[in-house]
Amino acid sequence: MDSVLLSRMLFGSSMAFHIIFATLTVGITLMILLAEIMRLVKKDDDYALLAKRWTKGAAVLLGVAIPSGTIVAVMLSLLWPKFMEIVGEVIALPFQIEIFAFFLEALFLSIYVYAADRLGPVTRLIAVFFVAFGASASAILITNAHAWMNTPRGFDLVDGQVVNVDPLAAIKAPSFFVTANHVVGTAFMTGAFVLVAVAAYKLLHNHLSKREIAYHRKGLFLSLVVAFIMSSYTALSGHETAVMLYEELPIKLAASEGLFNTTDNAALTIFGTPSVETESVIGGIEIPGLLSWIATGSTDGVIQGLNEFPQDEWPPLFIHTLFNVMVAIGFTLLGLAALGLLFWFLRRKQEGVIYPKWLLAAYVACGPLAIIGIETGWIYSCTGRQPWTIYGIQRTVDAATNSGNLGILFFLFSVLYIVLLVITGLVMYYYFKRNPVTDEFQSTNDQLNV
Amino acid sequence: MESINIALLIIWAFLFIYAIAGSIDFGAGFWAMYYQNQTDTESASIANRYLSPSWEVTNVFLVLLVVAFVGFFPGGAANLGTLMIVPFCLVLILLTIRSAFMVYSHSVKRYTRLFTIFSGLTGLLIPALLITILPAAIGGYVMNDGVNQYILVDKLFSSSTFYTHIGFGLATELFLSSLLLSDYAREANSMETYHTYRRNAMTLGPITLAFAVAAIYTLIPHAPWMFENITDSFRLILLGLSFLAFVIGYSALWWPAKTRRKIGQPRYAVIFIIIQFGLASFAYSSAQLPYLLYPDITVQDAFTNETMFRLLLFGYAGGMAVLIPVFIWFWRLFMKDKRYLLK
Ligand code: HDD
Ligand code: HEM
Ligand code: HEM
Repeated sequence: MDSVLLSRMLFGSSMAFHIIFATLTVGITLMILLAEIMRLVKKDDDYALLAKRWTKGAAVLLGVAIPSGTIVAVMLSLLWPKFMEIVGEVIALPFQIEIFAFFLEALFLSIYVYAADRLGPVTRLIAVFFVAFGASASAILITNAHAWMNTPRGFDLVDGQVVNVDPLAAIKAPSFFVTANHVVGTAFMTGAFVLVAVAAYKLLHNHLSKREIAYHRKGLFLSLVVAFIMSSYTALSGHETAVMLYEELPIKLAASEGLFNTTDNAALTIFGTPSVETESVIGGIEIPGLLSWIATGSTDGVIQGLNEFPQDEWPPLFIHTLFNVMVAIGFTLLGLAALGLLFWFLRRKQEGVIYPKWLLAAYVACGPLAIIGIETGWIYSCTGRQPWTIYGIQRTVDAATNSGNLGILFFLFSVLYIVLLVITGLVMYYYFKRNPVTDEFQSTNDQLNV
Repeated sequence: MESINIALLIIWAFLFIYAIAGSIDFGAGFWAMYYQNQTDTESASIANRYLSPSWEVTNVFLVLLVVAFVGFFPGGAANLGTLMIVPFCLVLILLTIRSAFMVYSHSVKRYTRLFTIFSGLTGLLIPALLITILPAAIGGYVMNDGVNQYILVDKLFSSSTFYTHIGFGLATELFLSSLLLSDYAREANSMETYHTYRRNAMTLGPITLAFAVAAIYTLIPHAPWMFENITDSFRLILLGLSFLAFVIGYSALWWPAKTRRKIGQPRYAVIFIIIQFGLASFAYSSAQLPYLLYPDITVQDAFTNETMFRLLLFGYAGGMAVLIPVFIWFWRLFMKDKRYLLK
């Protein structure tokens, strides 16, 4: 295998690993903040306990998010040296500011976790606010670099030399705002759905005490509200992102939809396989006019097809499937969250578990589904940029390293990621099994009496 | 000062901070493992009490160093990245195992010992591998067959300077962490532990010094130009001062303390040894100029454009202004507050 392909595999798998933990910490730290706020507002210690147990989980996730992030950050220079040369000249600023966001998050997380007993309630809230703020800020800042790769601005490349650098124009890349909006919203949504899944899993058990049911119900409801708000937001921001593609990256939109010929009244094709021979999507469900309507607001809108572009600039056509999976997950999760809120509204006066078993079972699946949404979304976005690393400016083949040692490294990292996925899962499982929430009900009461 | 010198100074400062903080961090992880079965003293728990709140922050300094280097010297980062791909990837793997298992070990009590061994040993190797960047940057370990680049592993493994640098990395890590932990233990009024770490520091101090000298001497056949630079008069003065700082710092381990039956002033030992490292590393790094990578890349070639440089400078100033108060608060909570130290 050549070093370009190996670089892509090594980097792609590393990002796919990092993003699981990174997204969850962004989402869960927001939920911890909200639980702390609820505790102050409602004066209910169950929320303190929720915050405490979520924090324990987040600390383990961060233990993997931080080194895996360090991996990808260093790998950028190792695997894409020519790309990073341009990054350093043009878009170094968001990377730099991101460091400060990391510092904020790491410092305040230690303060929140290890100094909690020495802080007053308001100081605690400030600490946890900065943890959540740092996490979200790092997501936004890294998205800045990603958005710039899709819609590069602020420099010219003349004979391989970077000239006319304007770093602020690079930061203000036209896709930045929409993309960051979508990325942060989906991270919040994913964190919330994972906690929905955890609470639903607990509520599926028989023989829970009233106390436990009350506790998990609060966890489920709080997460469900956030999950509903954020999945609505995701649908809206996803739509904005698609409009951005129409304006800035028409080739990516065309590949996402498997649209070969430029046309007005373009149909939206759901699933199916794009075929170069027939120049159509085989086996998909077509909804006439919808794509034009989504992208331009009118069925008369003209959408450019792939044939407008030289074939060696086409992204791989399977991104159509990745895109569909992401969108399908988005609408499924939105529907399930809305249904849960409906059940809550109808049965809110009832005691006990108010959600039917089948819905709880579906919620358990929501956690993994949301993470699949994140994975497919990112792989879609990065692979959809191919053959370019910096769209229209630097090809992936020109960005890659020519190191000859990549095969063995890819093997080593793959083993590492699989082992860590398994052990992290087991550690979380055993920790929460050994330290059931029932043990803690008593101890929080004790603490409050002191 | 010229922009490029400011940039070099900033990078050097970050490198210096991370060299110290990282050594202490990885060393503390090793001691936490080494003493974990020893239940009669607090040596392991003191090390853990230092590590728990601080390892994430220390890790950010590593990322800061990488990002600052890419920002200020994009050309250098690209070349160094290609050259160092194998050792850096090994460091990344070890770093990941180390951090993850450290966190696991706090969560699953049944396997704490096993997990601690993983994190302690992997952490021990990281500084040793990181420091191989020094001999590699001096040049001569890479082959280019026209298509791909390969590290000349056999040549690297058979050169004495490679091993003296590794030995220096290991010794430094254990020495600095012992020193700091002895101070930390004294702050926590754990005299038993203080004496354990003080004894470690007493043994490791001369070993570290010996490796430092050996590392420089084994450079001679490899990079005579660099040895020449190191022995010019300005740097010889720096090295002399550095040696003096070492003697003062090391002797502080025996200075009389105010209270009865206590010997040594570990706070002064830490401060003077850090000064010693600062002077020596400044002499060493400046001797490598103007090369980032000998003989291909000079700092001039690798430097970023003036606009970006200005922006980054503003960025660091602004970021530091926000962060320094937080760092001070952090320091008070975990390094000073008796309620935490005496837990
Ligand atoms: C839970 C995850 C999730 C869900 C349910 C959705 N997305 Fe998404 N999407 C992402 C997670 C994501 C992401 C991981 O955050 C991406 C990858 C790159 C990016 O900028 O955001 C993304 C990218 C992304 C892009 C490409 C942006 C680019 O390449 O620059 C488009 C057009 C959409 N999304 C559109 C949608 C639509 C119309 C959705 C319907 C509800 C939707 N997404 C749901
Ligand atoms: C959009 C996708 C990403 C998101 C949402 C994200 C988010 C996060 C979060 C929340 C953390 C933990 C922060 C902390 O506590 O310090 C983290 C760590 C990290 N991420 Fe990512 N990240 C993403 C992609 C990337 C990429 C592409 C890079 C490479 C440049 C990167 C580099 C890092 C680094 C270096 C760390 C470790 C920081 C530390 O030492 O604390 N991340 N990321
Ligand atoms: C966090 C989730 C992400 C995932 C899962 C992901 C996934 C991938 C994959 C699969 C590839 C290989 C593409 C191919 O060759 O077909 C890739 C390439 C790349 N991605 Fe991403 N990516 C993510 C985020 C980012 C971000 C935030 C950045 C911006 C700093 C980034 C920068 C790159 C670069 C530089 C390449 C290599 C050059 C290229 O193939 O274009 N990625 N990524």
